[in-house]
Amino acid sequence: MENIIDYLKAERSQEWRAELRKSMKAKERTSAKRAEMPEEDPNYRNTNTVEVNKGLTEKQAFAEAKRCLDCPDPTCIQGCPVGINIPKFIKRIDQGNVLEAAKVLKETNGLPAVCGRVCPQEKQCEASCFYTIKMGATPVAIGFLERFAADYERNSGKMAVPEISENNGIKVAVVGSGPAGLAASGDLAKYGYDVTVFEALHEIGGVLKYGIPEFRLPNEVVDVEINNLRKMGVKFVPNFIVGKTASFDDLKEQGFQAFFVGSGAGLPRFMNIPGENYNGIFSSNEYLTRVNLMNAAKEEFDTPVISGKNVAVIGGGNTAMDSVRVAKRLGAERAMIIYRRSEEEMPARVEEVKHAKEEGIEFMNLHNPLEYYADDKGRVKSVKIQKMELGEPDASGRRRPIPIEGSEFIIDVDTVVVSVGVSPNPLIPKSLSQLKVTDWGTIVVDPNTMQSSMPELFAGGDIVRGGATVILAMGDGRKAAAGIHKYLSEKVKA
Amino acid sequence: MSKILEKELFSKNVAKFIIDAPSIAKSRKPGHFVIIRLGEKGERIPLTIAGSDVEKGTITLVVQKVGVTSAKLLSMEAGDEIRDVVGPLGEATHIEKVGTVLCAGGGVGVAPLLPIIEGFKKAGNRVITVLAARTKDLIILEDQVREFSDEVIVMTDDGSSGKKGLVTAGMEEVINREKVDLSVVIGPAIMMKFAALTTKKYNIKTYASLNTIMVDGTGMCGACRITVGGKTKFVCVDGPEFDAHQVDFDQMLTRLGAYKDEELKAYERYMETVQNA
Ligand SMILES: Cc1cc2nc3c(=O)[nH]c(=O)nc-3n(C[C@H](O)[C@H](O)[C@H](O)COP(=O)(O)OP(=O)(O)OC[C@H]3O[C@@H](n4cnc5c(N)ncnc54)[C@H](O)[C@@H]3O)c2cc1C
Ligand code: FES
Repeated sequence: MENIIDYLKAERSQEWRAELRKSMKAKERTSAKRAEMPEEDPNYRNTNTVEVNKGLTEKQAFAEAKRCLDCPDPTCIQGCPVGINIPKFIKRIDQGNVLEAAKVLKETNGLPAVCGRVCPQEKQCEASCFYTIKMGATPVAIGFLERFAADYERNSGKMAVPEISENNGIKVAVVGSGPAGLAASGDLAKYGYDVTVFEALHEIGGVLKYGIPEFRLPNEVVDVEINNLRKMGVKFVPNFIVGKTASFDDLKEQGFQAFFVGSGAGLPRFMNIPGENYNGIFSSNEYLTRVNLMNAAKEEFDTPVISGKNVAVIGGGNTAMDSVRVAKRLGAERAMIIYRRSEEEMPARVEEVKHAKEEGIEFMNLHNPLEYYADDKGRVKSVKIQKMELGEPDASGRRRPIPIEGSEFIIDVDTVVVSVGVSPNPLIPKSLSQLKVTDWGTIVVDPNTMQSSMPELFAGGDIVRGGATVILAMGDGRKAAAGIHKYLSEKVKA
Repeated sequence: MSKILEKELFSKNVAKFIIDAPSIAKSRKPGHFVIIRLGEKGERIPLTIAGSDVEKGTITLVVQKVGVTSAKLLSMEAGDEIRDVVGPLGEATHIEKVGTVLCAGGGVGVAPLLPIIEGFKKAGNRVITVLAARTKDLIILEDQVREFSDEVIVMTDDGSSGKKGLVTAGMEEVINREKVDLSVVIGPAIMMKFAALTTKKYNIKTYASLNTIMVDGTGMCGACRITVGGKTKFVCVDGPEFDAHQVDFDQMLTRLGAYKDEELKAYERYMETVQNA
């Protein structure tokens, strides 16, 4: 910790930053208003897949960067799960040196263009910004600026491919190509390892590809990052399920000396209420996979998807918001969220809830489904829902929803998307009986090195945390890469 | 990319493919399946592995034309490439020595049944197989099945081969004659439903291999879910084999029809493009 603080101090006292600080009065900085993200018109965007947020203009970004006070005690950094040097990158923008700002981001975050779009900044860096905690004012738009710098670099055609150490010939396998696996493979390549990423699906990117929709995170943004990893020598093998196509032992025989497992929390949960297996009722994973990964909404693609008129999405997380907004885009007349708590407890990013409302999504908060009914062909036609009220806080710290007896009523639906959480993907634990897992099926690791009960196997992301976030998965991947490097360096010496 | 090395037409609508897939060939066991996607715009469909050759690094798939993807696959030839083949998926069949095993295969269900027949035979069981189809031309793999069965009974709806009647008649003939310790049935859902009702009457433990709609095949989506013994199960990871007496076949039949309209439209579009070409 000491080291980091000293390092940040030294960085802050560099001449260019001291000068920037002097160039404008604090009063002047704080009197400016936070930049507003330019957005596509809600009634246009809810009919197609264009990206909702258009990104700050250069003018907006430079003005926003000036708001940052370059505090002596940058509390924002503590709010960032990977500890990005936030004032430094923002001050690089302030200075007009955006490419340099992108480099700063990449010191700690391999996928800034992704994180700038999908991180819950309002709960992380921006919640710890000086403006928020000391002034009770709207925080510096750190997320918008992160995205701005990353997009600027990507569009400049001068994207830096990170330097990598000389190939040391040691083979390391990465299982799963979501943010955890991508982050781990980037760092492992930098250390000089011969990295192969195995992915069960035909596409690389995990949830970034099959889950989060195009209007929030364009595939192109993810593909650029994947291509960068390719340039760094990382090999990608799709259609390969570790534990099925080949076992860990097979891979060891092929010379792999260490493994990083980032296999995600792929298993969708259902509520186990009557009628849940009727046609027209999907998990959000299925619904989003059909549309995002399989392009089901496009006629020239073979995968079908049901585009309902009355669509109910059960849940209040990011996955639920994505599903309901996809339903609207597929032509639903009524697309609604049914959530058992109130808006305050919703785990979704605040911005997604706001966007959903603008796009005409109905919110039935404090409601819970009890039973589904079908027509004579087995297709869902209605749902019985019950009103809820909030009681005392539960283990999660959120107020517990309590059913109100006698408040049940029935509404018409022809499509339902169940989005009530996911469980860890059991494939890997199932194939490795000696691997230690928790009662919930997550892999047990040392939180500092991400090493599991099997010394050569490291893990991170949702398979360790249950459903979490992109940035936490990436942070784990990087930590594990360092852990693997330490493990292999010691092994080679021995 | 996986290359088609050989293709053999069993009938107008059923063909056998030998496909280059060395890792899968090495890892697969009876009961396993693969998911394939023919091209960039294709859908992902499950196909049970009917056999493999570890030395040559190949797997065998038997495909019946039922929709767009199977029709497209049937139009492909040796030398063509399948874009994605992933597997082996699912839990392998639990093969052990139990005594007498009654296997029943309907239509192309005989293909995935073949490695199971072979497995039980090699484990030292007496194996009796009932092959059933609408008509003579649709009976497939009869010679291969005979190789690993102590006895084979062929049933056709029209009596054009073997005996005239349904699969269940063939099964009951055996059950009434001798003690059966285990039954394995694979075929269309409706056939499995009635086969399971038959063995239930006689209290014979029965496995059915379910061919539900799937997307990923790794437990990620739940498209394949089905009720077994009152509980929701994912066929791709919990199955594909289940205790046939616990399976809700009516629900399975309904779920199989989930995209009937969309499938029909897609098939018509495909046939138009074929005819225009
Ligand atoms: C719809 C949706 C929206 C979300 N929105 C946000 C958001 O706005 N902000 C945010 O921070 N987080 C969001 N999340 C959560 C975030 O996406 C996840 O926390 C994150 O992707 C986890 O990363 P991961 O690398 O651990 O796993 P994943 O991204 O799940 O990737 C795991 C990969 O491993 C593959 N795999 C599994 N088993 C094997 C095997 N045996 N062999 C080979 N490959 C295997 C899988 O196919 C998958 O591609 C969202 C999630 C969803 C589903
Ligand atoms: S096919 Fe997706 S979970 Fe089984």
